[in-house]
Amino acid sequence: MTELNKLTLAEARDALRKGDTTSVELTEACLKAIDAADALNAFVHKTPELAMERAKAADDRIKAGDAPSMCGLPIGIKDLFCTKGVPSQAASKILEGFKPEYESTVSQKLADAGSVMLGKLNMDEFAMGSSNETSVYGNAVSPWRRGNDDAQLTPGGSSGGSASAVAADLCLAATGTDTGGSIRQPAAFTGTVGIKPTYGRCSRWGIVAFASSLDQAGPMTKSVRDAAIMLETMCGHDPKDSTSAELAVPDFEAMLTGDIRGKKIGIPKEYRMDGMPGEIEKLWSDGAEMLKAAGAEIVDISLPHTKYALPAYYVIAPAEASSNLARYDGVRYGRRATLDAGDGITEMYEKTRAEGFGHEVQRRVMVGTYVLSAGFYDAYYNRARRVRTLIKKDFEDAFAAGVDAILTPATPSAAFGLGEMTEADPVQMYLNDVFTVTVNLAGLPGVAVPAGLDAQGLPLGLQLIGKPWEEGDLLNTAYALENAAGFVAKPQQWW
Amino acid sequence: MSIDQSTAAKVAKLARIKVEDDALPALADEFNNILGFIEQLNEVDVEGVEPMTSVTPQRLKRRADEVTDGSQQDKVLANAPDAREGFFAVPKVVE
Repeated sequence: MTELNKLTLAEARDALRKGDTTSVELTEACLKAIDAADALNAFVHKTPELAMERAKAADDRIKAGDAPSMCGLPIGIKDLFCTKGVPSQAASKILEGFKPEYESTVSQKLADAGSVMLGKLNMDEFAMGSSNETSVYGNAVSPWRRGNDDAQLTPGGSSGGSASAVAADLCLAATGTDTGGSIRQPAAFTGTVGIKPTYGRCSRWGIVAFASSLDQAGPMTKSVRDAAIMLETMCGHDPKDSTSAELAVPDFEAMLTGDIRGKKIGIPKEYRMDGMPGEIEKLWSDGAEMLKAAGAEIVDISLPHTKYALPAYYVIAPAEASSNLARYDGVRYGRRATLDAGDGITEMYEKTRAEGFGHEVQRRVMVGTYVLSAGFYDAYYNRARRVRTLIKKDFEDAFAAGVDAILTPATPSAAFGLGEMTEADPVQMYLNDVFTVTVNLAGLPGVAVPAGLDAQGLPLGLQLIGKPWEEGDLLNTAYALENAAGFVAKPQQWW
Repeated sequence: MSIDQSTAAKVAKLARIKVEDDALPALADEFNNILGFIEQLNEVDVEGVEPMTSVTPQRLKRRADEVTDGSQQDKVLANAPDAREGFFAVPKVVE
């Protein structure tokens, strides 16, 4: 058998059921890989004792014949999820020392299914970033390199630690969250699979809130099959999240037939950006050819308001963030600034938030405060919400015309080097999400699938966008694309 | 729309984030850069379009107004930077 930490969820599950290995062995292999990979800075809070305890319990369950798919499988959890008794900091200094007294619904569901948490994963502070460079823990590093060049590359963001850990086989899979592309962009940068389900599929309860109308959790995995297995465990109605959908969760894995004959795949012309690298353009047309060869019909479609998605997002997301992050006041949890004699409560708030929030978070909170302030609310916030209605309608019109899924590039480029964007203005960094952010604004499911390598040997991903609540059908199309693309590259171990 | 230093200072105050005076010009520049990007939204004809309130067409569920939880004072205070005698402690609020 290959090294246990390199298995997919499906392979490990099958091996556990056959009795070829144990959860304890799988967990030990991952813990060893994690300890040897500090250079990647992916795991920022390790929980080996808890992991071994859960692995032993999982082995008992498997022996007793009571084993759901995820039982005994070692995974990583993004630091944005509250995990009981384990530091949950959202990669922010302001939550230093915070150990929740409760468990997020999604991580609880994974634990109830018997999966084994190995620790907490690095990310951009409060999930605000596209390169994992805004983290209080320092950068997460991609296991991928440009050929023999030893320059460190970003694993993407905000779920950068999750992407790095899965790509480097430190865990079998990981949770991520996606507000504007934070699952799909890092998945594309690291040659892994990441799905953001329909808004409302996964409970947001216990996940540190960034922009509540956009945030969704999802799995980051080594294959489409694994994404189907893990997503099913993460989904489901939760009375503690009022936006959680009361819908049955289908058996996503059983829907992976690979048969997409007769499916209509839309190619949106507005996603063909000026200055798009030739490699991305080729990847995209190759992807369309693969789906066509598998029996799908390829049709040109138009999503006319695409251009306005990013500007609308950079009103709506900061506005919601400014409201959500108001709770970090130095009173109830986290870190309070040291005060000078005579400082009152306002100075406490102002100093605590100035010290506790990093630069990007401060900037977004203040932009959000501005667009919601008296006199500007209509001009910015309400206008952005109107544009959001139009963006969603673009997709509804495409689906009404018979399109089953939409194929786009996942990112405008391959992974860039850590530090390479430091001098660029924030808007340049925001452009990373140009292909993914529309999906959050419309509340749709979207999946990134690795589809090729660029000239420097770095992974490139394609995105498929599906109809609301049709994750099963979307994953099946992704499965057909995965089969046709035959992406098998792995990073050379240097860490 | 252009943000000057005094507007930047006002926004920082509203957001309860302390910004030193010498950092205000750079902050105002950053705001203007981002707002310049956002200004593109003015090109869109939004006449008669409803602002989105919910991305999925679901009604928020109602529940009975009843106590379902409580008596967890220790847990509620466990993460407080300063808790005393069963309360959150803050600097003096009234003179």
